[in-house]
Amino acid sequence: MTQRVGIEVSRAVAIAARLANVDVVAAYPITPQTHIVEDLSEMVASGELDASYIPVESEHSAMSSCLGSAAVGARTFTATASQGMELMHEVLYVASGMRLPIVMAVANRALSAPISIWGDHSDVMSVRDTGWIQIFVTNGQEAFDNIFCAFRIGEDRRVLLPVMIHLDGFQLTHVIEPIYLEDQDKVDKFLPPNEYPLPLDPDRPVTMGAFGPPDIYTEVKKAQDVVLTSSKEVILEAWKEFGDIFGRYYSPIQCYRCEGAKVLLMTMGSFSETAMSAVDAMRDDGNAVGLLNLRLWRPFPFAEIRQAVKDIDVLIVFDRALSFGGPGGPVCSEVRSALYNLDKKPKVVGFVGGLGGRVVSLAGFREIIERGTRIAKEGTEQEFEMFGVRE
Amino acid sequence: MTNTAGLVEIRWHGRGGQGAVTSAELLAQAAINEGKYAQAFPAFGAERRGAPVVAFVRIDSDNPIRVRAEIDEPDVVVVLASDLLRVVNVSSGLKADGILLINTPKTADEIIKEYHYKWALATVDATRIARETLGVPIVNTAMVGALLKAAEVTKLDSLIEPLKHRFGRLADKNINAMQKAYEGTTVRGKSN
Repeated sequence: MTQRVGIEVSRAVAIAARLANVDVVAAYPITPQTHIVEDLSEMVASGELDASYIPVESEHSAMSSCLGSAAVGARTFTATASQGMELMHEVLYVASGMRLPIVMAVANRALSAPISIWGDHSDVMSVRDTGWIQIFVTNGQEAFDNIFCAFRIGEDRRVLLPVMIHLDGFQLTHVIEPIYLEDQDKVDKFLPPNEYPLPLDPDRPVTMGAFGPPDIYTEVKKAQDVVLTSSKEVILEAWKEFGDIFGRYYSPIQCYRCEGAKVLLMTMGSFSETAMSAVDAMRDDGNAVGLLNLRLWRPFPFAEIRQAVKDIDVLIVFDRALSFGGPGGPVCSEVRSALYNLDKKPKVVGFVGGLGGRVVSLAGFREIIERGTRIAKEGTEQEFEMFGVRE
Repeated sequence: MTNTAGLVEIRWHGRGGQGAVTSAELLAQAAINEGKYAQAFPAFGAERRGAPVVAFVRIDSDNPIRVRAEIDEPDVVVVLASDLLRVVNVSSGLKADGILLINTPKTADEIIKEYHYKWALATVDATRIARETLGVPIVNTAMVGALLKAAEVTKLDSLIEPLKHRFGRLADKNINAMQKAYEGTTVRGKSN
């Protein structure tokens, strides 16, 4: 029976991994991901989850263990954040290059120095080009639901790629909120067993991760790009079927009160809900504003974004990461580039804020929308603006 | 008693180990079990035993809670350790019609004389109740009971299931602490 319970989001993510019937969890604890893997370790120890929990000595080893277990066809889950993800960085490319459908929950957190345990998207942006499918969630329910979607998408024979589910550290991982926990039968109906087509098997030897000399490397990378780009069709299909079974539908971008809007704000992750409240307040005051909540970060949803902004005048993009000495926020930079060659396009204004756990309030998002609209009208020399910074 | 319609925002001040975070969690779970929307979370930091900690609860009977920010203008402030009154500005941002609930052996009059609070004030000697019922000065469950007397944001009965789930064989003692504190809380209206 589906149950609506008040539960910490991290614990719900661990339950989702259990319901997905994972075979192997290899992880190293790091704030704010800790509760996810603590719970999984307890579930394995108590026999509630029939899986191997590999308590590795570092994140590099965590991801390396995941490569091995995914290669034999075991359903493999891990979680990390921040410096932990940096430590496993080089192995992330191997997971995607070898087409291993590992699922990883990332409790998004800032990067050192200075040391910050708090949330932003710096860690995400550092792994942007690792070839993983990357989905951002807005609340605990989306985090729970998308664990199932991640396995279903990644293990699909048309895809065979690793998937990251990004949930903001603390703002999601440490919050107790109402979540519908689904029952095993329904999950099983949505998520078939993992049938990895060419697993490592002593009786049927295969070579994996072979040498790629210049006469083949380019073709392999082209194939990888094609499969990641075309995985969008499978993602849409999985989200559609998830919605048909569970009643909750997801899309690459969520358009919130976009009807008739001339100004749209774009955000990613947990702050989107606060931003929605700001949009509500501004709509109440008669402003034609709306919100685009970007869920699918990779593959980047070019068509959906172009469609969503075709009739607007101003697009304000809020980033929680900074490209030092560059164009400011990575999301804004990509959106600008996606729109550049269009004949008719909105003015794009970038803000960077919410770094290292700095909260942006409802009033803050309202200020961002108002200021962004003004900048679009008056023009600016700056590539972006830092929001809420003391100078 | 504070207004309990619509959104109610509660901020908890305690010291690490007293259970402020647990209080917040239990209260949110009880509200969610009643079919309401609720959110509970700690102030995200490096928590240590004995250091001042803060936790937050939002409860809304009608609408999902979307705001993911700390509570700056609470309707209710709960103080688990009265020595914090000298250390932390616990009443910061408390709404004019809000209520302050303090764990103290002192009376409301004594507290007001000392701190000149202008809000409605509820007091309870939760430490004594916790010692008597649990044998330890951990006041989290007692303070949930006291809160429900000061502001009826959920039914007292709705806490029983979350307490059983959380405390197992110690649940009965904690339920007792909660009920004793509910009965032992005095509420004094706003000073003029």
